[in-house]
Amino acid sequence: MIHRMTAAVLSLIGFFISAYLYLYKIGRIGTLACGTGSCETVQQSTWSRFAGVEVALIGLVGYAGLLAVSLVALQPAMTERSWPAKLLALLSGIGVGFTAYLTYLELFVIHAICRWCVGSAVIIISVFMVALLELRRLSRTRSL
Amino acid sequence: MAGTQAGVKRFYTLFAVLALAGVGVLAYLLLKPSTISIPVNVTIQPSDTSGFHGYVKGSKDAPVEITEFADYQCPFCQTFATLQMPTIEDRLINSGRLRWRYRDFPLQQHQFSRLAAHSAACADEQGKYWAQHEQIYQGQSEWAAARDAGPFFRNYARTVGLDLGRYDSCMKSGKYAGRIQASYNEGVQLGVSSTPTLLIGNRLYRGRLDSDAIIKMVDSLAPRR
Repeated sequence: MIHRMTAAVLSLIGFFISAYLYLYKIGRIGTLACGTGSCETVQQSTWSRFAGVEVALIGLVGYAGLLAVSLVALQPAMTERSWPAKLLALLSGIGVGFTAYLTYLELFVIHAICRWCVGSAVIIISVFMVALLELRRLSRTRSL
Repeated sequence: MAGTQAGVKRFYTLFAVLALAGVGVLAYLLLKPSTISIPVNVTIQPSDTSGFHGYVKGSKDAPVEITEFADYQCPFCQTFATLQMPTIEDRLINSGRLRWRYRDFPLQQHQFSRLAAHSAACADEQGKYWAQHEQIYQGQSEWAAARDAGPFFRNYARTVGLDLGRYDSCMKSGKYAGRIQASYNEGVQLGVSSTPTLLIGNRLYRGRLDSDAIIKMVDSLAPRR
């Protein structure tokens, strides 16, 4: 249960980070709060879009999906079902792959690091880890 | 422990607090007023206009001068700047036959026109007026629909290579508000009421003149040798 709760809280935080970056990108809020000052460089670069879609919007939709799955997984009837944990692992695994690609772009192409993106990377990796831990717990429970 | 009823209740409480806090922060960011605004109808000081009569492109010896009264947020001005000006620049300005003078004429209905004009004026301080001018027009569709255009202009300033520290302090000072107002007032005195309006000789040309019409006009005023 603790893994699913952790995934839900992390997904919620990730959702708000993505919403913040997306609102900035579409000009609905002013400057980004960013200590290193590189967030705007990253967010205004051509790489802030992927296949014609704002990366922040992709994050927003992705975290919304993770949040929905996490909340479904928390329902009493679902706690011992494995499919929500598998779906969480699959979605967050895709997120980790996409994040790795974006981090590569930041480090080696844009040469700027956005702290909010780093925060999101930590969150998506954490969600992936807790999803794997949940799957391990379920497999152990079943083998008893 | 996490699976107990108390643990679940504690989780949902924490979750609700986090959700409310997140929504609250985003709502605050969405509703807070834009960071910088350029006042309208400011009192014009002599220093606002001394020696300044618009932004000039082209040779001072050019036989023809055209003054453009334009508004950065006006769609027709944007079309003119991005589609017609490159040809005019290539065919007339660069060949020394035409001098172009740009005057700000920010219309009341456009909320970011003065901010855009001020941003370009701040770029002028660093010798990058025309680069910023082009960036602002090219990006019109993105900043015109934004809640706060300031960050877009700042990003253009970064793109054209301005010193952002100097740019930021210039924007915060609002020091060119008087100059922009003076430019607007001069336009009104000349009879300008819409944008873009071109002043050629003593005549005003309103509406959408294209580069071909302007080339013909310059040809008639200063025949090629």
